[in-house]
Order: sequence, then C-alpha cells, then structure tokens
Amino acid sequence: MKEIIEGSYAVAEAVRLCRPQVISAYPITPQTHIVEALASMVADCKLDAEYICVESEFSALSACIGASTAGSRTYSATTSQGLALMYEVCFNAAGMRLPIVMTIANRAMSAPLSIWNDQQDSISLRDSGWIQLYAEDNQEALDLHLLAYRICEDHEILLPAFVCFDGFILSHTYEPVDMPSQEEVDAYLPAFNPYQRLDAKDPISFGMYATPDYYMEFRYENQRAMLRTKKKIIEYGTLFKEQFGRDYSGLIEGYKLEDAEIALVAMGSICGTVKDAIDEMRNDGIKVGLLKIRCFRPFPEEEIAAALAHVRTVAILDKNVSLGSKGAVGLEIKDALYGSSIAVYDYILGLGGRDIRKKDIRAITKLAEQGSGDMFYGLREELL
Amino acid sequence: MVDKSIEHFECGHRACGGCGAATAVRMILKGAGENVIVVSPTGCLEVFSTPYPETAWKVPWIHSLFENAAAVASGIEASLKRQGRSEKVLVIGGDGATVDIGMLCLSGAFERNHNITYICYDNEAYMNTGIQRSGATPFDASTSTSPAGSCSMGNKHSKKDVPAILAAHGSPYVATASLSYPADLMKKVETAVNTPGATYIQIHTPCCTGWGFDGDQTVAVGKLAIETGLWVNYEMVNGVVRKAKKVKRKPVEEYLSVQKRFRHLFKPKKNEEEIAKIQAIADANAAKFGIDI
Repeated sequence: MKEIIEGSYAVAEAVRLCRPQVISAYPITPQTHIVEALASMVADCKLDAEYICVESEFSALSACIGASTAGSRTYSATTSQGLALMYEVCFNAAGMRLPIVMTIANRAMSAPLSIWNDQQDSISLRDSGWIQLYAEDNQEALDLHLLAYRICEDHEILLPAFVCFDGFILSHTYEPVDMPSQEEVDAYLPAFNPYQRLDAKDPISFGMYATPDYYMEFRYENQRAMLRTKKKIIEYGTLFKEQFGRDYSGLIEGYKLEDAEIALVAMGSICGTVKDAIDEMRNDGIKVGLLKIRCFRPFPEEEIAAALAHVRTVAILDKNVSLGSKGAVGLEIKDALYGSSIAVYDYILGLGGRDIRKKDIRAITKLAEQGSGDMFYGLREELL
Repeated sequence: MVDKSIEHFECGHRACGGCGAATAVRMILKGAGENVIVVSPTGCLEVFSTPYPETAWKVPWIHSLFENAAAVASGIEASLKRQGRSEKVLVIGGDGATVDIGMLCLSGAFERNHNITYICYDNEAYMNTGIQRSGATPFDASTSTSPAGSCSMGNKHSKKDVPAILAAHGSPYVATASLSYPADLMKKVETAVNTPGATYIQIHTPCCTGWGFDGDQTVAVGKLAIETGLWVNYEMVNGVVRKAKKVKRKPVEEYLSVQKRFRHLFKPKKNEEEIAKIQAIADANAAKFGIDI
C-alpha cells in the first residue's frame, strides 16, 4: 500500500514488519525518530518485542549481542558519535557471527560537532566485519531492512549488517513508499532460526579467546562469509523482486551507464541528484552515467570493474575522507580499476551537510573531463 | 535447593595453583545450579577457563568484551523473557571489569533492574595484565601501577564501595562474601539468583600471585581479611544492611604482614603510622557494620 511517510517512520515500519524480538537503542540525532516510533509501537502493543532503553550506544549494541546469542532477532539504530562509541562492540558482534541489523542514519563525525549528513560514520567502520548497504531513497531504506535480515540470518552468512540512509536528507523527508503487508513480509522473512544459542539444555561457550594458532582462521572464515554475501544478495534480492517487484539483486546499479564515456560513482541519497544532473547533461550531449553502489561491504570489486570497463573517465563522489589519504570509495574504485587505462578522480564533497546541487554534479563532471580531481570540492575559499 | 555436589566448572583450566577466583567460581556455580547462563567479561577468569578450543564451563557461557558484561546480560535476560525461558542470568567478572571500566553498563543494568545476578570476584587489582591497581585496590597496597617507593606508600585511595552504589540503585539484594566461607558464599548466590531483579555479590578472592603469598594460604589469607575487619561479609536487603558477620577482631598487621603487596609497611622497618591508617579503616568497618563481638 502506498503511503506518504517520513523516512524514519518508513524504517521503523520496516523493522516492525521484520518482527524483532529485542530492540535496544539509545537516542541520537538524526536517528531518534526511528527508535521513538518503535517505542510507541511497543507501548501500543503493535509490536511484540522487548525494548531496552539502555544508557549508551555502547550498551545498546552490547545488549543486542546478548539477546542475539540467546536466540532472539535483534535490532538497533544509531549514527555518528553513537556508532563510534560502538566501535569495539561492532568488531565483536561480527567476530561472534551474530546477525544483528542496525540502521545508520548517516551523520558527520565530531570535531567540530555536526548533526548533519555525510557518510564518515559508517565508512569508518568499513573494516569491522559488518555488511554495509546504502539506500538512495526511503523506499530502498525500507526494503533493505527486509533484505538485510534475510541475508544476515542465512546460516552460510551469519554476519551483522548496517542499513545506511542519509541523516535528515532521507530520515526526515516525507516520500511516498510502498508499504508491504505483514503477510508479505512473513512470506519473505522466516522466523529467526539461530545457528547456535545460549541454552542451559545444550551448554556451549561463546566468545572464547584464540591463540596465534587459531586466530587467523577465524578471521579468514569471517572474510569468506563476507565474500559469500555477494551471491546471497543476488539470491535474496532476486527473491525480493519476485515477491515485491522491486529489484535489489545487484550490489551495484547503473543509470545511463551502458554507453557512458564518463561515469560518476556515488552511494546514498546523492544518487537522485546525480540522475537528474545526468539527464540534463545528456540533453547537452555529454555522455555521462551513474554507477550507484548499494553494497559497500562486501565491496563489489569485480562487478564495478566490469560495469566501468568501457568508460574513459570515472569521477567518485565521496561523502567521507580518510584523512591523510583520499575518500574511501575512491580508494576502493582505484583498486578495482588498477591496471586499466581509465582516468579515475576522487571528489570529497557534502561533508557535514554541505548541500550538493545539480550544478555541482555538472561542475565535477567538467573537472573530471579536464583531468582535475582527487580534491575537496565546494570549499569556501574565503574561510581558508 | 540445588545439588551442591555437582561440579559445573571443570578442572584442568589454566588458573594459578591456589587461585581464589577459580575456587570461588566452583562455589558460585554450585550455588546457582545448572539452569543458568553465565556472562564473563575479559579478565583472568575468561582467559584461564576458555582458550579455544577448550572450555572449563559445563553451563552455557559467553564472553563479549571487557566492559560490557552487564549490558550483554541485560540483552540475554530480555531475550529469555521474550522467549518464555527460565534460565537464570549470572555475570561473573573481576573487579577491574566491574568497578572501573564496566561501571557504566553495570549502573544501567541495575537502574533498569534486569532479572540478573552480577558477581564480582574481587582480587583487588588487574591481575590478568600484571597486577595494576583498580578502583577495588585497598589503601597502601603496592601494585605495578601504584608501586611502593622511596616517596610512595603504594595505592593512595581506598576501595570504591560498589555494593553501596548498587544498593543505591534500588537493588533488592546486595551481598559481600569470601571464598574462605564457602557455605555462606553458596547460600548468598542461591539467594541472589532467586531474588527477582538485579542482584549483586562481591566476593573477596585472594590472589596468591598478585598479593604475594603461597598458593596453599589462599583460604587462610581470606579468613584473616574477615578476622581483621578489612573485609566484612554482609547482606543488604532492599538497601538495609543485615547479617554482617561478627568477629573477635585481630590487629590488621596479621593480615598485612603475610602479603608481599604490603611488605613496604614492615621493611626495612615497621611503619606504625601507615599501619595505623589501615587499622583505622578496619575500625571504621567494624563501627559501620557492628561486627565486633
């Protein structure tokens, strides 16, 4: 059923439809509307779940670890500083192979304090072992939660996932979304069936330490599970398409990319602006297209290399920066295209909520054509 | 009543000979019974009991991180509640994980009054990393980060009173115990796990390696702590102290002089002034809890 609904509420509805048994969360802007909505659903008996109002994000994810290990489907949401406070817990949840799903309403990192959007928070957890999915709009944000639980809980995967959507730009924006029914979601997402759980009738030790004789194999198994996730996304994305009609079977998506000479690469809500800018540039005869990355972890290296093989120039729009180096997406794309003759340029933009307009996309396209890149774009020179 | 003849903690783990914590854990599990899920933070206990692929735990057990055991336990309790399961949730962690780095999670879990029992085995320093001081290290104890020296008498601070802090959270049952009094310890654990809400027990577990005494003296050292009034065994029910163990007190010297961590109080010459300060701590304990016979 089509509804016009705020992004956060669309996500909260998606989470409700996934029937989490334990929710553990701590308020932080711009994630708050999600956890407030879920609290209301529990208070009104519209969602039958334990809701733990923890005293910090650190405890929010720690409680999810306990709840998941004891055999319940778990959920949390956070952003920015909250996610940074969870840093240690994130690695632990992934290493313990717990299928926790967490929404990240992407926000900039302090200092200086900023409540506004970029993607530095989740990008900085890229090495933590969490699947990272990025939504372009609120429909995709909603749908990716269903997909995430389906993938994470597969016994061949057993990994946690971030569903990332841009703070304020999506979280606080009303858009029409097609809201699935409970019956439809139940048909897609079976009840949680833990691979192992804490159980007095079948005692198992979880979280034992590993000596140098064992540690590397644990990490390798983690890596293999992450790489297996690629085919599971295709499998469950295809299943999603068959059931709901919307296609998430690709880790990446192209827009007017087939005949493009210049490819823009982006993640998240910026893709909508990029598509509009591409339409305008196409009218002006510029052969430009978009490669949208939906899945940043695991990184679709081969898929990207194949999708960009025919282009002359690539411009990456990075809403993050690995200080002292480049944008994180840019680095990965350069790695994926290593050995090709394609010119690849990285642009750091939109940090801390700096607006990105169609004219900026056009300007970046021009810079890439001129061979100018690997730079911060849109700086106010008068402040420097 | 649980069957206390059953062992839930297997022998063959890697604790030091005479380890107070290992002895306490055996008793804790006897008191708690087999219908239990145990959470342990990082520390000596976690390390000596679970080098993959071996485990000493015959009950379900989880270790996540150093400072989050109380939060993990909160999640387990919520999960069990949601599934209608009956296992008791028990945390067993060291003093560093409890009174220092885990205090935030501990406070949160007790404020929310989860149906969990948190047990701190208090060996009064970070033993796993090499005997550094914690908030539970007693006054004047020499540790590797509060060493006694030519201008230092060791640890400058007194033990953080975590039982009182948790009682102030409204905990229905807070107790202290000592491994040297096993019947009392097991009974308190049984009471704690069967009391609804967040309950706490802090157990004095002498550490032969960290405190500097022979491993066959662990129980004797634990008894001396009680007999000198430097450790008091008591229960707090709904915030009210009751059943503090009464003793005919011995001078604190008898406890201090058998441990290397207090050797600087006796050598090169006896430091009457510092020992008097520690005697004053014991006297204050005795007055507060009314333990003198």
